[in-house]
Amino acid sequence: MSGITPSQTVGPYFKYGLTPNGEYEWNDAFDGNLVTPDTSGERIRVEGTVYDGDGKIVPDCMLEIWQADSQGRFSDPQDKRALPNTSFRGFGRVGTSKDGTYAFDTIKPGQVADPDGKPQAPHILMAVFARGMLLHLYTRIYFGGEAANAADPVLALVPADRRATLIAQQANCTGNAVYRFDIHLQGDNETVFFEV
Amino acid sequence: MTLAYPISSLKAHPARLSPDYKSTVKRSPQKPLIIMRHTLSELTGPVYGHETVRENDNDLTIQHKGEPLGERIIVHGHVLDEDGRGVPNTLVELWQANACGRYIHVVDQHPAPLDPNFTGAGRTTSDASGYYKFITIKPGAYPWGNHHNAWRPAHIHFSVFGHSFVSRLVTQMYFPGDPLFPFDPIFNSVTDAAARERMISSFDLENTKPEWALAYRFNIVLRGKNATPMETK
Ligand SMILES: [Fe+3]
Repeated sequence: MSGITPSQTVGPYFKYGLTPNGEYEWNDAFDGNLVTPDTSGERIRVEGTVYDGDGKIVPDCMLEIWQADSQGRFSDPQDKRALPNTSFRGFGRVGTSKDGTYAFDTIKPGQVADPDGKPQAPHILMAVFARGMLLHLYTRIYFGGEAANAADPVLALVPADRRATLIAQQANCTGNAVYRFDIHLQGDNETVFFEV
Repeated sequence: MTLAYPISSLKAHPARLSPDYKSTVKRSPQKPLIIMRHTLSELTGPVYGHETVRENDNDLTIQHKGEPLGERIIVHGHVLDEDGRGVPNTLVELWQANACGRYIHVVDQHPAPLDPNFTGAGRTTSDASGYYKFITIKPGAYPWGNHHNAWRPAHIHFSVFGHSFVSRLVTQMYFPGDPLFPFDPIFNSVTDAAARERMISSFDLENTKPEWALAYRFNIVLRGKNATPMETK
């Protein structure tokens, strides 16, 4: 009988291979800037801090995001509607800093339909990897002040008192929007994670 | 609930809370994960082909002026999905310790020498049939602080994308017959013996290059859409 290869932790030492960011003699395949010159849409920054169950910052965490473009289309041939005229790839990867923080510069995604054709609210998928995590976790970043959140079929699955953990809140009033999205791996404010 | 990628495939993975591996205790969620249907967001994923990979990125032995110390090895195999199909043109990244079991990462300060001719990072893409190949150095075992006299079995860290964001996999490749297997809480976090076996490469005499390098074969199996006829929940 076959089966998949089991997951193992990314460990504490992934940085020089996966997120060197100029600190090691290796180039980055990906970084935290998803915006290319021809990318249309509202430019935003998503930033935050990762915490463990004791509320301690997690400085050895890797975060990956995957999202649609501003028209709700994915840069993947499996999205048959994908637009040929943008180099927006929709994928980013960063490691947290010594202080447990991270940031992505991207655009606010458009709406993507659920399997019934119902529009989902704008959201970004995030995968969380770290030392001490044998299998990465998936979460979703939604946007505060977005009217479509009220009808989002995935948010509706989440107990009302935990939904706020999935909603990035805008942190500034001027310039490109900055959204704050902290991640709590465990504890009272534990971020909602999805089994997908 | 029927998911496009059956959720039953995930049974092979370790429990996130595996207390013998102490760092999991404060880094694993305690509230239930929310089960949801896969939408286009989950069913698509980043497609990164050859533009991400430079020539020789898959040969970790020629990234510096001199040759690294240690036992040169070929590590190769196929990226497959659970339905047995090769996963073509997918990015495969690896990182590892040097022959002495030391990582160049600044946090790794265990008393073993760094090798000025070895970084320990590589990447490649699978070909049309899902085949990938690296040339590297056999990494050494290394101590870690999990418990008294804790040593990790020799391993190479792998990162693979596959067909969608939910097929994403980060794992470790081990070497056959390692005496440290019974004592390693990370390896043994995978409780199913057959699943553990799938993390162990096989010695590949046929592809050994005489007087140059030994070979190990490591197939990486990702989630498949039609993996099992039955579906739970
Ligand atoms: Fe390691």
